[in-house]
Amino acid sequence: MTLFRNRLWLVTLSALVVFFVINWILQPNLVTPNVLKSNLSVFLPVVLVAIGQTYVVLGGDIDLSVGPVVALVNVVTVTIIAALGGGASGVLLGLLAGMVTGAACGLFNGLLISGLRFQPIVTTFATGIIFGGLALLIMPTAGLPVPAEYWRTYGGAVLGVPLVVWIFALALVVIAVISRRPFFKHLSAVGGQRTAAFQTGLKTGQIRVLAYVLSGLFAAAAALCLTGETASGDPLMGRTLALASVSAVVLGGTALAGGSGSAFGSVLGALVLGMIGNVIFFAGLPFDYQTLIQGLITLLALAGGVLVARR
Amino acid sequence: MDRIKPVLTNPLVLATLSIVALLAVGETLSPGFARGDQIIRLLTVSAILGMVAAGQSLVVIGGREGIDLSVGALISLGAVLAGNVMGGADGGILPAIFVAGGITFLVGLVNGLGVTFLRIPPLVMTLGMTGVIQGALIVISRGIPSGNAAPSLMGFVNRPLIAGIPGVLWLWLLLGIGMWFLLRRTQFGYAIYAMGSNERAAELTGLPVRLIRTLLYGLSGLLAGVTGVVVIGYTGNSFVSVGDQYVLPSVIAVVIGGISLAGGSGTYLGVMLGAIALTLLQSVLTTLQMEFWSRQLIFGAVLLLLMLLYGRTNRLRV
Repeated sequence: MTLFRNRLWLVTLSALVVFFVINWILQPNLVTPNVLKSNLSVFLPVVLVAIGQTYVVLGGDIDLSVGPVVALVNVVTVTIIAALGGGASGVLLGLLAGMVTGAACGLFNGLLISGLRFQPIVTTFATGIIFGGLALLIMPTAGLPVPAEYWRTYGGAVLGVPLVVWIFALALVVIAVISRRPFFKHLSAVGGQRTAAFQTGLKTGQIRVLAYVLSGLFAAAAALCLTGETASGDPLMGRTLALASVSAVVLGGTALAGGSGSAFGSVLGALVLGMIGNVIFFAGLPFDYQTLIQGLITLLALAGGVLVARR
Repeated sequence: MDRIKPVLTNPLVLATLSIVALLAVGETLSPGFARGDQIIRLLTVSAILGMVAAGQSLVVIGGREGIDLSVGALISLGAVLAGNVMGGADGGILPAIFVAGGITFLVGLVNGLGVTFLRIPPLVMTLGMTGVIQGALIVISRGIPSGNAAPSLMGFVNRPLIAGIPGVLWLWLLLGIGMWFLLRRTQFGYAIYAMGSNERAAELTGLPVRLIRTLLYGLSGLLAGVTGVVVIGYTGNSFVSVGDQYVLPSVIAVVIGGISLAGGSGTYLGVMLGAIALTLLQSVLTTLQMEFWSRQLIFGAVLLLLMLLYGRTNRLRV
């Protein structure tokens, strides 16, 4: 069991393999390039949001505003692209503006929670309301489309490999880089023993703000991917992402109390959540019962995740 | 100033001042806002929020990051169950209350068992339970509105009962007295504060902390279920997401009411005032006939302002 002690993601990986095999049995064409690719593009937004959520949770906080951040980034990007006429430079500026918006939302959360010592749950609820209001201000109703190049590129391939695979791989690289920076150890220290971390001279405030900014940036990246999927602006996008990302983080073996865990585990957790949905869909259950069974399996998986992580 | 500040930051004083100010603003903007029948209408809406916030208060005061985010789904469950049991007939009201309250109490107990014995963080447990209840609601109602309120129940919520005041407000008053008695005059109440402020110490004095906490989640479920019965009396019928709108306000009312989310302090009187203030704020924003987005912005900003006044955590440097 020592193998698992510091590698809780191995447990999540085992769960992922089990669900993948069940999925494969129920859906024999699962392991074909097209089906795998479309699965990945559906799971990618949750994966990205879950990565960002991991850093906030590691620091002992939580970010429940990720859904409205995704919606805000989506409408900002889509509106700017449309305003600039939909050319290539307009798309790039739109993407950049989206990332900046995400970072700004994270910075706002971080300054309130770390700087003014606000309580994280209620604060990110409240800022979520504000971000959602801003999204509705920018785009009152869903519908403004993005240029075809946008979603064609997102659904297309670069050097023969689908773009979504590149994005996924890039996310894994970013995780690996962050986990080797001193920031990651400092963040875990801040989440595990905040007072002790403060007393050893860590800049706990800056570290927590940075975690929120990372969460905002990953939410923005998720929004840009979702935009490639839906091909239009929607001020109510991403409603379920807060719950899904927190679930993925817990499934991935990160303690909600903060201090220990890994973003890689959250990636696996998000994939497990997606696979659970697939399995239920392909199991041929009566439609009425699908939500119930999905809720039960998710709750059991969460309970299992917490039990394994605690030992 | 040093003497005035503690008075001004006292949640009870602040909530009362906000209520008076909001009434004045509302009356100025739209004469008739603070008329008797309007106030009763506002209080009825506050009562619904106040009832579900009562359960939320118990869970939060009990500590260990206590929070119940499944109350919205539980209200829906209570409303749908009650609507189907009574089926629009007065004779079905009592059975409806028992079925709705009983089942939501049991679901709450499951939340409590998960939190205490499996030690799942309350946020995760109650969010996960929300998914399960929503799935169960789809199975029960097949996603379409189902069940009707009995005429007497609608009368109890919407028409004057005694002294021109609807029965539901008398019920809320009784609940307030009950909560005060439970929290301030019983051993059980003292135990809740004790374990909320220092769990280890409470355990060492021999309190059955796990049992009490399990029961608190059960009570929160029961109160949400009963709130669901009142909601169906208010709206006339029920649908699977009728309770969703109460989750966030129930937590906010608790915070405005001066209960620390860290647990171990606060009163239900504060939460009652908080529920009224919150309902008034929403009502004033509606009266302004603003667009939805600007109401959301103001609502969010007011919440942050309230956090600034008394929702802040302790300094690291003591």
